[in-house]
Amino acid sequence: MSKTGTGAESLMLSLMAERVDTIFGYPGGAIMPVFDSMYDYLGKLNYILTRHEQGAVHAAQGYARVSGKVGVCIATSGPGATNLITGVADAMIDSTPLVCIVGQVGAQLLGTDAFQEADVVGISMPVTKWNYQITEADEVAEVIAKAFYVASSGRPGPVVLDFTKNAQIGKTALKEYKRCSFFRSYIPAPIPKSEEVSAAADLINAAKKPFALIGQGVTIANAEKEVVELLEKADIPFGWTLLGKSAVPGSHPLNMGMLGMHGGYAPNAKTNECDVLIAIGMRFDDRVTSDVKMYAPQAKVVHMEIDKAEISKNIKAHAPVLGNIKETVPMLVAKVHGAKHAEWIASFAPLYKEEKEKVIDKQLHPKGNDITMGEAINLFSEKTAGEAILVTDVGQQQMFAARYFNVNKPRSVVTSGGLGTMGFGLPSAIGAKVAAPDREVILFAGDGGIQMTIQELGTIMQSDIGVKIVILNNGYLGMVRQWQELFHQKRYSSTPLANPDFVMVAKAYSIAAKKVAKRDELASTIDEMLNHKGAYLLEIAVEAEDNVFPMVPAGAPLSSIRFE
Amino acid sequence: MEQKQEYTITAFTENAVGLLNRITIIFTRRHINIESLTVSASALQGIHKFTIVVNTTEDQVQKVVNQIEKLVEVLKSFYHTNDEIVHQELALYKLPTKGLLEGNQVEQIVREHAARILEVTPSFTTIELTGYKHELVLLFERLDKACGVLQYTSSGRIAVHRAKQEVLTDHVEALAKLKGENKIDKVSGKTWDWLT
Repeated sequence: MSKTGTGAESLMLSLMAERVDTIFGYPGGAIMPVFDSMYDYLGKLNYILTRHEQGAVHAAQGYARVSGKVGVCIATSGPGATNLITGVADAMIDSTPLVCIVGQVGAQLLGTDAFQEADVVGISMPVTKWNYQITEADEVAEVIAKAFYVASSGRPGPVVLDFTKNAQIGKTALKEYKRCSFFRSYIPAPIPKSEEVSAAADLINAAKKPFALIGQGVTIANAEKEVVELLEKADIPFGWTLLGKSAVPGSHPLNMGMLGMHGGYAPNAKTNECDVLIAIGMRFDDRVTSDVKMYAPQAKVVHMEIDKAEISKNIKAHAPVLGNIKETVPMLVAKVHGAKHAEWIASFAPLYKEEKEKVIDKQLHPKGNDITMGEAINLFSEKTAGEAILVTDVGQQQMFAARYFNVNKPRSVVTSGGLGTMGFGLPSAIGAKVAAPDREVILFAGDGGIQMTIQELGTIMQSDIGVKIVILNNGYLGMVRQWQELFHQKRYSSTPLANPDFVMVAKAYSIAAKKVAKRDELASTIDEMLNHKGAYLLEIAVEAEDNVFPMVPAGAPLSSIRFE
Repeated sequence: MEQKQEYTITAFTENAVGLLNRITIIFTRRHINIESLTVSASALQGIHKFTIVVNTTEDQVQKVVNQIEKLVEVLKSFYHTNDEIVHQELALYKLPTKGLLEGNQVEQIVREHAARILEVTPSFTTIELTGYKHELVLLFERLDKACGVLQYTSSGRIAVHRAKQEVLTDHVEALAKLKGENKIDKVSGKTWDWLT
């Protein structure tokens, strides 16, 4: 004998069965039955009301990236749903597991241009791993089970469910929930082939100058330990992609730094010098490779990857190893010989020294009066000692933070890599803090990006979320300005910003805040901020026309890296 | 630059709303035009088969096939050159019956092409031909010249692989392992019940 209830109740029971503990959302007409049903669960659920649907989806992303669980957000139909799309696209390209549930007009009104109707299935199709329109209450439990399975398994990604109003209020039997772990058209991870692993091991065992590239796939697979074991056993120095930043402890001796456009000199130069390149859970994004024709042409490439479509998509793999790296890396560890590459590893040091003299010292210990972004970020890094979670917005502060903020714990970096979404920072920091309330969450944002989603200060106020917000204010859209300086003869088209008083804005939301412009006040204010219980906004006035170096100009070969 | 040529892509899929759209988006993103597209049942019960013809490079077609296969409602996708498949298209030609009756030229052409006459009314005659695209076009040109073709349409390409069965063996094995089934030997290619 089973009870009956509405589709909305079935949804809530299904979410409970999936052990969802946190939902980010924003109500509206076509999703009201779901919000009504949720009202019964507020004791068991951490529900966070954001100030905009984009805030809800970015918060769900931040939550998912830090917790490793599926991020859940709920919004209404039409504009509510379209406001989610940026975050969904961001989650798609950065492989973040999300289930986004949006209201839809009643099935009888579909296609009639009804009030707040948008073709959400059509709109979200190119930016979702899977999407589905629920038109009957009876479908709810099964579709939710499939959504969580698809979002979280294999290469994770966002799922959008378009939930028609009639299905929310329609009656259905509330049966025992069955989690989904199989459907026949979907194989989350290819079965590892031992011959592929052997081929990779042969290349690595013969290598004199191996170099590894660590991506977010390592974090997603929870394979941090396995990968470190591989790197240590075969003595392979490594670089990391932006999203791979917290996959291996930053202070590991084999860590040679970030790859790509604003990465380190040594890891970029050595990419084009190594004899075997071992890519683990990364996808050779153009911000890593720059000109693909000139990218590591001398190297044999081992590519360990869960997604077959990434193999030889950008860079040809001589030894692809398909499968979940949690399984394939230990198989490889068993087959590689213990090795020492002392001379090769030592050859990175002079390049680092050159970069340190030409770039890093100037950035971290500037001679001018103005505070630099790198200097401020480095101070935060020292004071948090690799323990904090780093969240960034997009732009210069993002690159400086990636370069100078050290993290030693897994799942400790939340940043928009593939899509480069300005405005991602503040809401995703909220999600990160909700996922890890006991850890310090430090957001670095520019004066431009913070204003794209600054309304989420209201969420911080209402839900009392202790995020530490650092606005590095240079009065410009800094990264665009940097390109204008370097490639457009300093024609600063549309990049200077007239900004509000950020401290007053924060205070309007009852958030503690301070502004610092002088170097001798910086360290003590950072201490004050870190000692403050709860949210704190610190605006730091930084050098107006500072640039992120090194830099490989877009599309140029890695060898054209510049230091000024 | 790698040479472009004609490739036939096949995809074995579930019968899901919107899947056609999901598949065509992959071509649109890469600015590849679809020359022909047909969706039909396959020899596997409940599994649909897309047959898509494109003119592109092998590098591109490989990447497209991988991205099609990645869709969660697609079981498997392949690409073939023309010599790996048996393929045909079908065309219908509508002619004025008058043209057929004046002399035996049209009748001669129809016989030479082994086309079939489907329907004759006092005013119009409908002819059908199945063959390669160039054969269908040649018949059109000859009929048009002889008596004027009033209406013409042709289907998309349909194709079967030269292999004995639907080429899904690897996929079935992987699925069986995933599901913890040891029934691979029982999979005749038609009994998919245990997979649902």
